[in-house]
Amino acid sequence: MTLLLEIRDLHVQALGEEGEWQEIVHGVSLELRPSEVLGLIGESGAGKSTLGLAALGYARRGVRLVRGSIRLHGEELLGAPYERLRQIRGHRVTYVAQSAAAAFNPAYRIEDQCIEAAVEHGILSEAEARAEARRLFARLRLPDPERFGQRYPHQVSGGQLQRAMTVMAMVPRPDLVVFDEPTTALDVTTQIEVLAAIKTAIESERLAAIYITHDLALVVQIAHRILVLKDGREVEAGPTATILEHPREAYTRALIQVRRRFRPERPRPEGAPLLEVRGVEAAYGALRVLADVNLALWRGRTVAVVGESGSGKTTLARVITGLLPPRRGEVRLDGRSLALSYRQRHRDELRRIQLVYQMPDVALNPRQTVEEIIGRPLTFYFGLRGAERRRRVEQLLESVELPPGFADRYPRELSGGQKQRVAIARALAAEPEVMICDEVTSALDVQVAEAVLRLLLDLQERTGIAYLYITHDLATVKAIADEIVVMLQGRVVESGPKSEVLRPPHHPYTATLLASVPEMEMGWLDRILTERGLPDAGSPSPASAAASGT
Amino acid sequence: MTHRMPWSARLGLALTLLFVLLALVGPWLAPYDEAAVVGDVWEPFSAAYPLGTDQLGRDMLSRMLYGARRTIGIALAATCLSFALGTTLGYLAATLGGWVDAVLSRLVDTLMSIPTLIFALVVLAVLPPSVTVLILVMAVLDSTRVFRLARAVAMDVVVLEFVEAARLRGESLGWIVLREIGPNTLPPLLAEFGLRFCFAILFLSSLSFLGLGIQPPAADWGGMVRDNANAIAFGLPHPLVPAAAIALLTVAVNLVVDWQLRRATAGRGG
Repeated sequence: MTLLLEIRDLHVQALGEEGEWQEIVHGVSLELRPSEVLGLIGESGAGKSTLGLAALGYARRGVRLVRGSIRLHGEELLGAPYERLRQIRGHRVTYVAQSAAAAFNPAYRIEDQCIEAAVEHGILSEAEARAEARRLFARLRLPDPERFGQRYPHQVSGGQLQRAMTVMAMVPRPDLVVFDEPTTALDVTTQIEVLAAIKTAIESERLAAIYITHDLALVVQIAHRILVLKDGREVEAGPTATILEHPREAYTRALIQVRRRFRPERPRPEGAPLLEVRGVEAAYGALRVLADVNLALWRGRTVAVVGESGSGKTTLARVITGLLPPRRGEVRLDGRSLALSYRQRHRDELRRIQLVYQMPDVALNPRQTVEEIIGRPLTFYFGLRGAERRRRVEQLLESVELPPGFADRYPRELSGGQKQRVAIARALAAEPEVMICDEVTSALDVQVAEAVLRLLLDLQERTGIAYLYITHDLATVKAIADEIVVMLQGRVVESGPKSEVLRPPHHPYTATLLASVPEMEMGWLDRILTERGLPDAGSPSPASAAASGT
Repeated sequence: MTHRMPWSARLGLALTLLFVLLALVGPWLAPYDEAAVVGDVWEPFSAAYPLGTDQLGRDMLSRMLYGARRTIGIALAATCLSFALGTTLGYLAATLGGWVDAVLSRLVDTLMSIPTLIFALVVLAVLPPSVTVLILVMAVLDSTRVFRLARAVAMDVVVLEFVEAARLRGESLGWIVLREIGPNTLPPLLAEFGLRFCFAILFLSSLSFLGLGIQPPAADWGGMVRDNANAIAFGLPHPLVPAAAIALLTVAVNLVVDWQLRRATAGRGG
């Protein structure tokens, strides 16, 4: 069988901070046959995107393809003249970027942008390209395919725009489409719809694709073969089933294990709850974001608040901390009602509830050392200074599994996971009873996130701290929660002990959420789609069949 | 801090320091008194008068040296004052928000809606002419621009989560402004300081040129340009001397400023 794409021993360099070239991809090889889907998986910095773009013979600014070989239909792309590469890009090989919102020009209609490459390359006439775009709109299950393209990018949802970009990549009838994390920026429930649409389109159009993601569970739904990357090197490659069932490398096994952990729930302790939210209603101006929210958290336990973006999870955290005084309702700590605004709360009340943020990059002052960051609550609440403070800072660093020498570093000298650990240490420094964790692992790589979760569980065992854990990721919830609160559009739709919420019968929304967490098994997506009654990959819907009758 | 300074910044810094030095010791270096008529009108450059003489026959070099202190001193004082005022109010507006922000911002808008030069002319014409008044007027007018910048950069930082974390800790306003916001807004403000300093020199020159800045016979560079402007008609280079000094100082300060700007934009340097 002929190879569509063959990359041999590719070395790529990137410009370092000091202006010197550093190798970031160290001799990776891959091959792709027609109609085959290859999953590229790895954490950030593994070189996934660089490799994906190399399939177009392209390197980003500050990156250069040094040596090796990239052959498309046997034709060498490395070192090919620019004019030749231009003919290939957007014609034989196309690209779908992570953020569709950033990839579309907001000033032009969607369809005009979708057909531009095909018309520009002289592959299709404008009329043919429009017909093709509409056929593909239907194939990707976009609403009203005949008129969908007349809208502007801001007039459609994020998931629809991502599918529109897939159409853009498919109109020129390429041999190969490179998908670079196409669903990462989307909500869990939307992510599955888009993944399903992409899968259907790839299969029915018999396209070859490179699908880049950090989420192994996603890629096993769509890829025939998988290439695992780490630090610019191949870890392991092989057919999806083999990788999943008989991984050779420890790294791959760790990736697979990530979503399979489960901590049994613990019963509520005796007595009154530590933190209680009663009948809270909150609004930003005229926009009501929370309505009648109730929640109770017991000492040493974890309540997970789950919902997609816009469900009011973070607003709930802002109400509890007093950043957003609610219109109605109250927050009680240890049986005493707290002032609605943090400004009126006593210093000790502030100390007892600590908040850890999603983005560690902006949660730490870049102009302060780790010692100043962690030490400030020690000075502020407990009056610790000098050597005594330093000793406590080092203890705290140790408790979040960082070396004491980190005290002298600035945040920019730390990785994302290390920053998050420092943020957790800062919260711990206040010796709180409640820690609100707002999507604390969402911005981290799978394995780093895993380690941070383990740390949180460990800290709970040792200190008896209670967590209010806000997340959109049900896999995490399954792993660490004792009780679950499911939120939708500012309301609690279901709540209770983990075992109850996760056991059928579910509230319809909980069911959707549960069904949206990709499971680490092949065929999961197909099964879900069949359950939801969506047409499977093989048979195009009547609408798209009609549209393709040109 | 200086180990990776580009040559342009080194040059700028050296020149700026030279100017400051001249401003400090100028009057002792000057061969003649600034007000003394020592020669003929507009004598050419010579050994006796290295930069020639002005429209009344006073030594240009001496007047340049005396003028350096006044020009740079007043501009520096006015800029420092405008920054003290502008950043304090700007940070407060950004941090407190609400009505404090609304009142301060509208006040500044009102001040800014009046053309600066006209406003200065009116105020200076009414108030008794003194260096203190001059500095105060320049500082207040300039502080509106500083306020806008300080408020804007602080606004960007105020919404960051480490500031929120400080608020939730129960920190005082002083700590939040000085320790959390201040250090993170310093680079753009530092850069702006250099620019504002140059504008202050130019503004002072314009005021002197219009007769409302430094009062004769005291020398300042802007005033010297005005006094000698007619010489251009005779093809004489005299007014170009103070003009070149202003230009050189402006360029020198801006070289340093550019370096600071680059440092500020190239990631979060410490």
